[in-house]
Amino acid sequence: MATLIIRRFLIAIPTLFLVSLFVFALQRALPGDPFLVIAGEERDPEVIARLREIYRMDDPIIVQFFAWLGQVMQGDFGRSLRTGEPVLGLILQKLPVTIQLATASILVAVAIGIPIGILAARHKGTVVDYSASAVALSGLSIPNFWFGIMLILLVSVHLKWLPASGYESIFVHPWEAIQRLIMPAFVLGNGLAAFLMRHTRSAMLEVLRSDYVRTARAKGLDEDTVVHRHALRNALVPIITLTTLLFGELLAGAVLTEQVFTIPGFGKLIVDAVFTRDYGVVQGVVLCTAIGFILMNLLADVLYILVNPRLRTG
Amino acid sequence: MASLDSVSAAGAAGGMKARPGVLARLIRNRSALIGGSIVLVFVLMAVLAPVLPIADPFKSNFLAIRKPPSELYWFGTDELGRDQVSRLFYGAQASLLAGIVSVLIAVAIGLPFGLLAGWYGGWVDIVISRVTEALLACPFLILAIAFAAVLGPSLTNAMIAIGLSAVPIFIRLVRGQVMSVKAEDFVEGARAVGARDLRLMFRHVLPNTLSPIVVQSTLFMAQAIILEAALSFLGLGQQPPSPSWGQMLNVAKNFMEQAPWMSVAPGICIFLAVLGFNLLGDGLRDALDPKEN
Repeated sequence: MATLIIRRFLIAIPTLFLVSLFVFALQRALPGDPFLVIAGEERDPEVIARLREIYRMDDPIIVQFFAWLGQVMQGDFGRSLRTGEPVLGLILQKLPVTIQLATASILVAVAIGIPIGILAARHKGTVVDYSASAVALSGLSIPNFWFGIMLILLVSVHLKWLPASGYESIFVHPWEAIQRLIMPAFVLGNGLAAFLMRHTRSAMLEVLRSDYVRTARAKGLDEDTVVHRHALRNALVPIITLTTLLFGELLAGAVLTEQVFTIPGFGKLIVDAVFTRDYGVVQGVVLCTAIGFILMNLLADVLYILVNPRLRTG
Repeated sequence: MASLDSVSAAGAAGGMKARPGVLARLIRNRSALIGGSIVLVFVLMAVLAPVLPIADPFKSNFLAIRKPPSELYWFGTDELGRDQVSRLFYGAQASLLAGIVSVLIAVAIGLPFGLLAGWYGGWVDIVISRVTEALLACPFLILAIAFAAVLGPSLTNAMIAIGLSAVPIFIRLVRGQVMSVKAEDFVEGARAVGARDLRLMFRHVLPNTLSPIVVQSTLFMAQAIILEAALSFLGLGQQPPSPSWGQMLNVAKNFMEQAPWMSVAPGICIFLAVLGFNLLGDGLRDALDPKEN
């Protein structure tokens, strides 16, 4: 098992290297001279020359890449071209906001997607199954930013039940945080719930057809026990790993949800950075997201090995 | 979010062999029929927009600013008094164009690289696969935003950004298909009678990988429409005054309380168009799936 996990880690290294190369190339492909932005309105040639020296712009490109990579490996993701703040600091400041939203969304997705998936599988070919499939397809087709706007219109503007925007930390003001989280978490979790529902349904159908489930039924166990005690445990194995992978999708989805609900998170950071042409931040966010995504992939692999007895002992 | 695995189920064998019955199966498939009809309506909206007797989508009318839906303005007017109906019709052009162009870009780059990786294997495959994995490591929208940031905000650049970010999906799909088809007996047979690599790849392997590519392209159209709308909603796609559904929502969100109708119709159009392509893609997959034969 340890060898398998180590092998997975080793495979991630070239991917991480290539991602950093891609992000570096992206930075170099940016239009215009970013130092003109940093140098301010005066655009003093001396300042620009000094900045070019600091960022080693006159070195060969390969030297620049490895110098930058060395900095990244030490946790230096560069500085915001606009404010001069370290990019990693900015990201770490915004990340808890997005993690809070992503966690709540995963909870919503799991709470809706898995039970409906099980229900659809248990009642395959019936109205329940078709309705669940139709709901899932709609969930996958609805643009979450529009769904967010519609919810704000209904729940906040008309019914005045929940606040339309903003953020509170769950650890500081729990009740207010929950109130502000309900709508964005539902919006972000909705598409994922549909995705989970489809996968749970097919995983359950697969397991319900297996020999040991037939044996359990033959022993005279009632359907609830067969489904919950025997089938569900095995059907959930791929779902657990899938849920881990969904965090990457959530980060992307959060960009739009945060924009609609004015949540000052990771997604809003990248959008604001694009508009202020703060390429340092754009680059840092892309790199951080990719690293996070690769680590989540690794975690999914490790979880899969841990929950799969054949791989665990092999 | 249709997975590659499910698309791959359309399988190589579904390519040439399944072709004669595909249309018949497609028409019998309820999902494809409904999806195809929805898509057809939007195609007609986009194509006929310039010849239909609808208002000029660019013409402001300061006497009709933010008018609610009425007999004169079926879906109301926007913040500059422009008719929402005509902007929705012209917006369909932007959405469908974004879908088509980005799929073409993704296929044009993804197909040859996937073909090379799957056919030659070895170092070629290792290099292409690692680059693909690195690109797949970035969530789709973040990648598209990064590309759009580099290219600048415009519909053309949004289409390029969406197409480029989908390239790794197509590389992976084609590679997998090529790897399974190249092991088939008929390829070995063609090789035995002296066919060269290029002929084998383009005459024998490629046609047998087309079914899953067609399915994936249809499903990706749905994603591309959402992505274009998302980028335009963020201000990185279609720029005002040109209409696009996402850009209309971007403006509408500022008038949620004063003019809620501005948000409703563009969102419904995006939802229906995406639903249409998803249904059509699912139907195509069933029709091309050899297991269904």
